[in-house]
Formats: sequence, C-alpha cells, structure tokens
Amino acid sequence: MVGELIVKTHPLDDALRADRLPHIWCPGCGIGTVMDCFVRAMKASDTPLDKHICVSGIGCTGRVAGYLALDSFHTTHGRAIPFATGMKLANPELEVTVLSGDGDLFAIGGNHFLHAARRNMDINVFCVNNFNYGMTGGQAGPTTPRGSFSTTTPAGNVDDPFNLPHLAAALGAVYVARWTSLHVRQVEKSMARALQKKGFTFVEILAPCPIGYGKSNDIGEGLDELELYKRHCIIDDGAPLESLQIDLTQDAPITLGNFVDIERRPYGSPLREEA
Amino acid sequence: MTAKPQPLTGHHFINGDIACAEGAIAAGCSFFAGYPITPSTEIAERLAQRLPQVGGRFIQMEDELGSMAAVLGASWAGVRAMTATSGPGFTLMMENIGLAVMTETPCVVVDVQRGSPSTGLPTLVGQSDVMQAKWGSHGDYEIVAYSPGSCQEMFDLTLKAFNTAERLRIPVIVLADEVVGHMTERVVIPEASAIVWEHRKRPPTPGNGLRPFATGADLVPPMPLAGEGYRIHVTGLTHDERGYPSTSAEDHERLVRRLSDKVSLRAAEITEYEESFVDDAEVVVLAYGCVSRSARRAVREARERGIKAGFLRPITLWPFPGERVRALAQQAKAFVCAELNLGQVAREMERFTSKPVIRVNHAGGELLAPAPILAAIEGASRW
Repeated sequence: MVGELIVKTHPLDDALRADRLPHIWCPGCGIGTVMDCFVRAMKASDTPLDKHICVSGIGCTGRVAGYLALDSFHTTHGRAIPFATGMKLANPELEVTVLSGDGDLFAIGGNHFLHAARRNMDINVFCVNNFNYGMTGGQAGPTTPRGSFSTTTPAGNVDDPFNLPHLAAALGAVYVARWTSLHVRQVEKSMARALQKKGFTFVEILAPCPIGYGKSNDIGEGLDELELYKRHCIIDDGAPLESLQIDLTQDAPITLGNFVDIERRPYGSPLREEA
Repeated sequence: MTAKPQPLTGHHFINGDIACAEGAIAAGCSFFAGYPITPSTEIAERLAQRLPQVGGRFIQMEDELGSMAAVLGASWAGVRAMTATSGPGFTLMMENIGLAVMTETPCVVVDVQRGSPSTGLPTLVGQSDVMQAKWGSHGDYEIVAYSPGSCQEMFDLTLKAFNTAERLRIPVIVLADEVVGHMTERVVIPEASAIVWEHRKRPPTPGNGLRPFATGADLVPPMPLAGEGYRIHVTGLTHDERGYPSTSAEDHERLVRRLSDKVSLRAAEITEYEESFVDDAEVVVLAYGCVSRSARRAVREARERGIKAGFLRPITLWPFPGERVRALAQQAKAFVCAELNLGQVAREMERFTSKPVIRVNHAGGELLAPAPILAAIEGASRW
C-alpha cells in the first residue's frame, strides 16, 4: 500500500498550540515526550479539556504550559503550586495540574510542595527531573546526583540530592510514581491515575538533558541517556521508599514504579458529615 | 461568581483591621490567602471567620510568596481575592505583585505598615513602605495605593480598592499603618443596596480567535476566566495580544507602555485627596495615614495663632496628587511634610514644587504628635 494520506493533523492537535511550534527544547530533550503523555492522559480523563488547567513555573519544563491549548498559566519561579492552590480553591470544578521542573518545584518552590502535600490539596504535580537547571545552561540543582559535574559544580557535586518519591510519600501524597521519558505508556497511565484521584498526587519523570547534563557528565546524546535508563532501571512498586535515591555516576539501579496509591481526606472536605 | 454577600450594615465600634476585613466582605471578596504578621493579623483572623459565612474561602499559606501566588490563581478562577500583610511580608509579595501587573490580574494587597527596615518594630507604627509600594517589584509599572486615615477609611478604601482593581485589572494596594489598623473608632457600613461593585470587563462567549490581551482605547483587555473554554495562555513573560511569549523589543515596548498608561492616563480620575484651609494658605501641611490626624490638629492650632496654614491629605499616595501640590505652590511660600519615615513623600513633593518642603520625620515607633508639626508650620510661616 502506498502513500495515502490518512490523517491531516496530529491526533493531539486539539490540545496543542500548533501555531507556537516548533518548541524551544533542544534535540534529545525529554520534555516533549512528557508533554505528549500528559496530553494523552488528559484526553483519556473524564474531565473535558476545557476544565483542565496547566500551571507551570519557570524553566524548560515551565514552558510546557505555553504549548498546550488549555487554559494555561506560566507563573513565577517556584510559585506554580500556590498559584494552583488558589485556583483550585476558588473553583473546585477545575482539574488543576502543575507541570514543572525539579529546580522550580524543589529548590525555589520546595516549601510550597511540602505544604500542598501536607494539606492534601487536590492538585497534581508532575515533575520533569533532568538533574540540572537546563534553561540557564546546566547548573547543579536539588536533584543533581552527588559527584555529577555541572557549570556550578566543576569539581563534582558535593550535595546529596532529594529522593523525590520518598519525600512526597512522607508528606502524605495519595499517589506517588516515578518513570523515565522512555516509559511512555507507564507515564501516561500514571498521569491518568493521578488525574483520577482526589488529593495531592505526584509523578516524577526522569528525562534526558543532553546539553545541560549529558554533556558535562559524558553521558552523550539524549538517546544515550535513554539507553542508560534502559540499562539501569528496574520496576518495583513495592521497593522501600528510602531505597529510591538516584546516583547516575555509579553503576547503581534506578528504581521506577507506582509506589503509593492511598486514600486520605483531601483539603477542604468537611471535618464532620453535618459540617 | 457568588451571590452578593450581606455586608455588616450599621454603626460599629471596631478597629481598623476589622473594618478593612468588613470592607472586603462588602466588596464581594470571597478569597483570602495570607500569612500571620503583626500588625495585620486581625484582618486574616476576621476573614477566617467571615469568609465561610458568605461562601468564600480562607487559606493560611506557608509564606507570603505563596499567599500572593494563591491570590492570583483565585482571581483567574473568577473571584475577588486579597491578602493582607506588613512590611516584611510585603517585600516577599513583590514577586507576584509584578506577575499581577504583567498578567493584569485584579487583586487587593493590604499592607499595615510597621517600623522598618527588616523586622524592625513589629508591633509599632511606621510609614516607610511608601516607596516600596510604588517601586518594590522590578520593572516599570504604575500602581494604585490608597492611604486610609481612619477606621472608616479602612472600610471605605478597601471596598474602593477592589473596584479599582477589577476596573483596571491591576493589583491595588491599601497602604495602612499600625495606628489606623489597631485603633478603634465608629465605622458606618452602608446598606448592601448602597454599595457599588465594579466588575472586570468580560469577553464575548468562547469562540474562535479571541486575542485575550488585545484592548480598545481604554487599554484594559476583557478578562476570560480559567475553565470557561477560552483556552488562553497567561504568562509573566513579555507577550503579544494572543498572550504568547515574545522576545520582540516592539512587543515589549507596546506591552509595558500600555500597562503603565492604563493607570497613568487615568491619574486624574484615580487620584484623591482631602484638603482644608488651603484657599489662602501660605504654609501647606501634607500628611497621610495616621499622621494626618496630628497634622490636621496642628493646622487648626496654627490658624488659631493667626498663621495661614492649610492641610492636604493624599488619599491616593499612588498616583500621587502632585498636580495639586503644584497648584498650591502658586500661592504657598512653603510646605511641611510630616511622615513616619525619613522623607519618602517629601521627596516626591519636591518633584512638583521648587518651594521649600520642610520635613517633619520620625523613623517610626510612635505617632508623630501635633507639636513638632506646629513648630514646623510656625518656622515655615516666617520664611
């Protein structure tokens, strides 16, 4: 069968701002893949796209909001979660998702993550973790593995990084998962599950950043980082949360999975039935 | 949008912070996000109690960075939203006050000023956030800041702040102070039917081709809300009329100029002041907020002593009633500016007059008494 044009538009075009493409992300970057998974999860959800809201902070991942044909809010650095909190409280009909990067959510915005999770605010936080500040050119951040090189850790990072699933679970998130941008089906399913749940949900997606992180750590191109994931990733939903630390500089496993799926009273629900 | 809540109509003997909270309720505020800070905390406490009664939401946030962000999120969801704070918190809010300016998000920020800089005098009065209110966030922008001088004005100007914010799609500051916030006076709250609400302009129903940041001659774009189907993008980046990020210098110039113009071209309409004894005044005393109360008395005493003293009280500190200062300078030989800082508004006055501006300052911690203001009037009258 030869060259018959069967589709004229991309199947996700109704949820993307095609007039804003091409996007700004570097070749080999994982963010576009994550955006694709997010759109698929939203479209599969019970909530119409008009009621889905994407809030992001600043950084490469923060730019996702601008490519989605949704009501989307590109806020200040670190403040996506409290912005989303205000929006959700003012209109509980909205399905509000924060999609942002590791530096935005866990360095400058870390405090807000703690408190939104503690409150069990009914929002979703999807974090693209690329182990560095990509937009500013590859500086170390709160998830940069110990020993990794970056423009601000020329002798190797001396900080220990966050173990994000452990952190989220300890704070009471009702759903916690980690995948990589290689695991597109799992990412989409995890996001769909998070969108379905009431309460604070968290999905971490490891994604290659060949320019900001790969180059300075001799990982190579984006594809090489995906290969690295493929070699090192193990899937274990029941893995002890404290074992989920990532160390890309060692030949250590990276554990993925759906670690937490529990019920907890969401923020703002009545304390008593009659209330 | 929620139904119009019932204000606390009638005569009340309440402190300024409570009056402010009731002004917010009367204005239809249905969302407050804040963080406890002296001397504004009573506003949060009152609204924690009152908002649920009128179907609103109160949330105590983890800090003032988050409070301001939550206020913006709520505003985009379609409600009238506010926060209240004092100097240190006001500083943290500057980040998202800038985002409110850039994204044209109506909201109200109450700053009950205390002695500053830094932690300063948490429980005692100051007026040193005047310039922070104008210039505190980075970049060029114009702001509206009301300066209440009584508990009644804590009510009236909070109500007015919401209307100005909604009409122009801007953050509006109520720049109160500890004395006005904590003193107790009679406050008269009108009937609901006598309270006027101004609403943000709304776009036509969702459809093709809405350019959410395109405006007509009034320079204020209609505001779609999250979840209505407009599918808009809102960003703190420089953006074009579609709301899309732009790195064009022309787009930047156009946007920043419009955001500034929509306030500055209305300066005459927005600016408010109170004055007395100015018709033949040779010395005009300018004071605002709590200090205006001492200044009013000092002017009266000067008149009793035969000095032609006048009184000018800015009700809006921003826009500053500079044109009124310029006009009064035609006849006055000198001005006195009394304020609880080291001369922030005196400096602004000097942009509008070449006549001497005699400063009566105190860094804060106690209210300026009438005596030093009267002494300055007497000194100025001999020029």
